[in-house]
Amino acid sequence: MTDTPIRILIAKPGLDGHDRGAKVLARGLRDEGFEVIYTGLRQTPEMIADAAEQEDVDVVGLSILSGAHMALLPRTVELLRERGMEDVLVAAGGIIPDADVTKLKAAGVAEIFGPGTSIGQIARYFREHVRREA
Amino acid sequence: MSELVAELASGERRPLARLLTRIENGDAALRPQLQELFGAGRGAHVVGITGPPGSGKSTLVNALIGEWRRRGRRVGILAVDPSSPYTRGAILGDRIRMMEHAADRDVFMRSMASRGELGGLAATTWIAAAALDAAGYDPVLIETVGAGQSEVEIARLAETTVVVEVPEMGDEVQAIKAGLLEVADIVAVNKGDRPGADRAARQLRAMMSTAGGRVERTPPKIMVTTATSGDGVAELADAVEAHREQARSPVAARGRAANQVRRALADLAATRAREHPAWDQTVQEVADRELDPFTAAERLMEGVG
Repeated sequence: MTDTPIRILIAKPGLDGHDRGAKVLARGLRDEGFEVIYTGLRQTPEMIADAAEQEDVDVVGLSILSGAHMALLPRTVELLRERGMEDVLVAAGGIIPDADVTKLKAAGVAEIFGPGTSIGQIARYFREHVRREA
Repeated sequence: MSELVAELASGERRPLARLLTRIENGDAALRPQLQELFGAGRGAHVVGITGPPGSGKSTLVNALIGEWRRRGRRVGILAVDPSSPYTRGAILGDRIRMMEHAADRDVFMRSMASRGELGGLAATTWIAAAALDAAGYDPVLIETVGAGQSEVEIARLAETTVVVEVPEMGDEVQAIKAGLLEVADIVAVNKGDRPGADRAARQLRAMMSTAGGRVERTPPKIMVTTATSGDGVAELADAVEAHREQARSPVAARGRAANQVRRALADLAATRAREHPAWDQTVQEVADRELDPFTAAERLMEGVG
């Protein structure tokens, strides 16, 4: 069963005005063989965690440009843990200052992809780091 | 009661979500438990919703969820989108229109990729619907893009099938072509606020009420809905519920059960054939023209029976 496609939920938490980048990533990961559940703009951490739970995804990818990442990302991780989804990989993409990256990783965000990261790099990271129970 | 069924009955979402993953993946370890899973069903009304891309299916499903929640029902949704035949990847986008229900504990929505030939989609959706039923969701909606034959087949597994169309669906000849509209118990002409919606509904009614010959089917009920405003949605929910009784008449139920079994068994047999040790080699031999397809099929069916 290890050859079943990786399932990833892509969401935009908070009040960002557009989701061009998230859509490009969704399309790119589709072409990399992922099953991408796309949920669109203006999501709360609660909505994201509830959707991730029902979809039983391997990865939650959060795209954020608004600057509210310190409030929204740790909260999403916390809600996923509360729902028993400890082994779900949480990754973020967007404009996030280096100083915050360390703090976010300490809060349980596995990786942060800044501008210029290729979709191939992101896909490879997920393939290498997804944890699946036997 | 087994652990599996007890977990489902508890109303917890995580065990159901995990079970759906195992069903999707065709987990062989699950097979011995399937009989019990079907036995644990509570008789949920299984409703298929299909239609061409962009006809507003997801928005209409979203509106129907709201309507059924107002009526105190717990709603389960399986939303199927196509997988790429080249990469096996998929974009599952139906949640975009349904996020308002994401945090509602009495709505469970699962996106499923069709997974092409490896999926056995009809069998998978049938079993997944049984899991939602056992977890206490009723109705269970199965949303598919009405584009390919397999998606139409899924709709036929449902007790009640709603086909969503738009006013610009085409002329009367489009309406009498074989295919999508034939499987409909109810046709929703959606985007009813656009010009021509009532006219399209009238034309459909005229074309479909005159059917005769060898098909013993009640003509579908033709309705106009506007999913974005909610117009016609309560009436559609009423029509779906009214059809439940009709769908459960012994004759209709037996016909559908035979169709379900036929389709699901064909899928399961195909899955078994793919698990045959000689599958890869046989495919290659046929591709290289060393073997004809009919002998290949005979070989792969050995040991399946």
